[in-house]
Amino acid sequence: MSVIAPKFRLGYFLKSLTDNIFWIIVLLTLVGIPAIMIVLFFIDLPVLDGVLLTPFLAFTMMFHPELAVPVVKSLLYSDFFRIAAFPGFGFAALLAAGTIFAERKLLAKLQLRVGPFYCGKFEGILQLMADGLKLISKEIIIPAKADKPIFWTAPVLFVATAAAFVSLIPVAPGWVVADLDVGLLAVFAIIGFFPIITILSAWSANSKFPFIGGIRALHQMVSFEIPLILSLLGVVILTGTLNLSEIVESQSNYWFIAFLPIGAIVFFISMLAELERIPFDLPEAESEIVAGWLTEFSGMIYGLVQLGSYLKLYAFAALFVVLFLGGWQGPMVVPPFPAEIITHGIEAGPITVQVPGLPITTQEMLNGTLWFTLKTVAVIFFILIPRGVFPRIRIDMLLSIGWNKLIALAFINIFIALGLLYAGVLGPGGLL
Amino acid sequence: MTARLPPGLQLEKVDDRIMTLNVGPQHPGSGHMRLIIKVDGDYIVSCDPDPGYVHRGEEKMAEYRNYITNIPHLERPVIHDSCNILYPYCLGVEELLGLEVPERAKYVRVIASELNRFTYTLYWLGIYGIFLGHSTMFMWPMGDREFAIDLLEKLTGARVTHSYFVPGGVRNDAPANFEDVCLRQINYLEKRLKTYADIFYDNPILIARTEKTGVLSREDAIRLGTTGTVLRASGVDYDVRTKEPYDVYDELDVHTNVLKNGDSYDRSKTPWLDMLESCNIIRQALEKMPKSGSVRVKLKPNPKGGNDEVYKRVESGRGSLGVYIVSRSKPEPYRVKLSVGSFRNLICMPYLLKGEKLGNMPAVYWSLNYWPVEADR
Repeated sequence: MSVIAPKFRLGYFLKSLTDNIFWIIVLLTLVGIPAIMIVLFFIDLPVLDGVLLTPFLAFTMMFHPELAVPVVKSLLYSDFFRIAAFPGFGFAALLAAGTIFAERKLLAKLQLRVGPFYCGKFEGILQLMADGLKLISKEIIIPAKADKPIFWTAPVLFVATAAAFVSLIPVAPGWVVADLDVGLLAVFAIIGFFPIITILSAWSANSKFPFIGGIRALHQMVSFEIPLILSLLGVVILTGTLNLSEIVESQSNYWFIAFLPIGAIVFFISMLAELERIPFDLPEAESEIVAGWLTEFSGMIYGLVQLGSYLKLYAFAALFVVLFLGGWQGPMVVPPFPAEIITHGIEAGPITVQVPGLPITTQEMLNGTLWFTLKTVAVIFFILIPRGVFPRIRIDMLLSIGWNKLIALAFINIFIALGLLYAGVLGPGGLL
Repeated sequence: MTARLPPGLQLEKVDDRIMTLNVGPQHPGSGHMRLIIKVDGDYIVSCDPDPGYVHRGEEKMAEYRNYITNIPHLERPVIHDSCNILYPYCLGVEELLGLEVPERAKYVRVIASELNRFTYTLYWLGIYGIFLGHSTMFMWPMGDREFAIDLLEKLTGARVTHSYFVPGGVRNDAPANFEDVCLRQINYLEKRLKTYADIFYDNPILIARTEKTGVLSREDAIRLGTTGTVLRASGVDYDVRTKEPYDVYDELDVHTNVLKNGDSYDRSKTPWLDMLESCNIIRQALEKMPKSGSVRVKLKPNPKGGNDEVYKRVESGRGSLGVYIVSRSKPEPYRVKLSVGSFRNLICMPYLLKGEKLGNMPAVYWSLNYWPVEADR
């Protein structure tokens, strides 16, 4: 039995949109606002700047926006904002979306074509949104003999693990979701979780090509985890801490890439392998095993895996920046907040508005975020470039690179770090 | 139950170590055919190519059409090498009907056929690139192919299925400024082709991946009856254009590129060298071509051949391409048989893939210069 889709008409579509918006507004006014008012009357409201936040005060903010500054500030320093928006998920997802767009346009320029072009006013900038809509609207097909609970859980776990990775990254001084004393150890633990998810999803699909892809991914991730972890030991030896924020602070004079270039190279190559990027995209080798462990995913499940992999890409690039490129460290380029706005207020034509509570964020935070973002984008650029230049390598070459070359180089890197420490160049009394 | 089932459907003794993979026809790395591959771990135990997915009975259908209406029909197997697949047919029909081709038409045919070698080989090269995961090498040849296609469109009026060669010459003369445009675009195309070496043929990862994989020795290449680029990559100096020159190839200086190793790398490099050689051939042909003159002899309506048979062959993008025509004094041929390079090169595939790694499968498979539609006919 099939249903013929009604013919698409822009007029009907717009009418349905306006109808929906109308009903949403009606429901909000009749149900939503009374509900919010009831809630506001019954819960304990916070005290901001010595003033109790009452519903009345909340409504006056519509007419006196400057009163909202302390509210915004308290929101900005709340845990929820950190997890959902700035150093956490939202910021990472924004950078990941930017990465996808940049990857498409960059690769297109490299390959003498235009890339996304029509969706959105500027150079197809809304293509990702269109792709997302398409993925959401698609049917999710699950193989008949798949292990359904695991098949459903694996993509969600994948995104959750990638998000957990993101939460460990310090973006600016004090701006990190989880400031752990064992931050680097947590990173290792999270990296070790990815192969398990991959093999679970590949095995649960009960199909041949995903299975081969999953086995390949397992080989690749496990054998490249060792050089990845070993290459970071040099940094740990030099700083004597596992806390990522402290590692960044210890690079205020010199970045570690200047002392440990071998470690940085080993980490970068292992990172490419962990991310399954070309030339290490064997688990998704299209011409050999269709799409590898992603073959049986469809619809938003596939979208989730893609989201997770790009979050992972951002997290790895950010980890590279934190460990080797000095994180948020950089010359102060953000101008200090103009003092006359605090003392005299903002002059808007004939009116002068006094805004107590400004500035919302500190100069250091803005500067740190700027430098961190710039460095991360640069590292992401170097992660993207090989895709246009290299073919895929073979599994035996991959394993030989991982076990024979990178591990040896990582040990050389550790010896360099130890030598620097005992020669007194770095460490207590040294350059740092 | 002794009925023999098609390969892949046979009930076999199941070994726990062996996994059977059906690569194709609905597989991004197979083309219009199926490879039944058995793997033990990462090693291929056996490979059973199963062509025939796009078999259309071209040869049988050719028996119900007369010599002229066969022209657009017979070019279907390789629409992007359509001049070369029509070339032996036209040569054969000319011999059957006793037609003398004008001198200018012979040169135009050479140019069109070499341009078609570009459109075919660049397409093949693009797919070879994406099979190895090199997406730039997929996009560049596809883009540069447009130059050759534009030239052919100027010459023939169609972008892919040209139907340009007819018994007794070519369908229409080249446009007025064709020589200049052709020379300019061929020079540019040659410059572009040389940049492929930087990104693809000299790429260390590509060399490491394709060198010493699927090695076909000189003796095996001859014994298994391979042809074209596969044969030349194994060190056999064989090219129909020089060994049995047809039309005006004996007046042109054609250099045959022969490589020694016979591995996937050499097999992938030979077509590229052939394309560079095609630039030289086209330049020579443009220089020697008579500037005016007729390009087609007049044909009687519904011409009949005698009680005769003829076999003609040319060097196509995939190797020697022969057409065997049997005539029984009728307007339709009694039998038309195509002997295509694709099928002859496919024969050595099970030998080459045995014992290789699964990751080498696309590298070996597509280096055989195989076009599934042509092999199935």
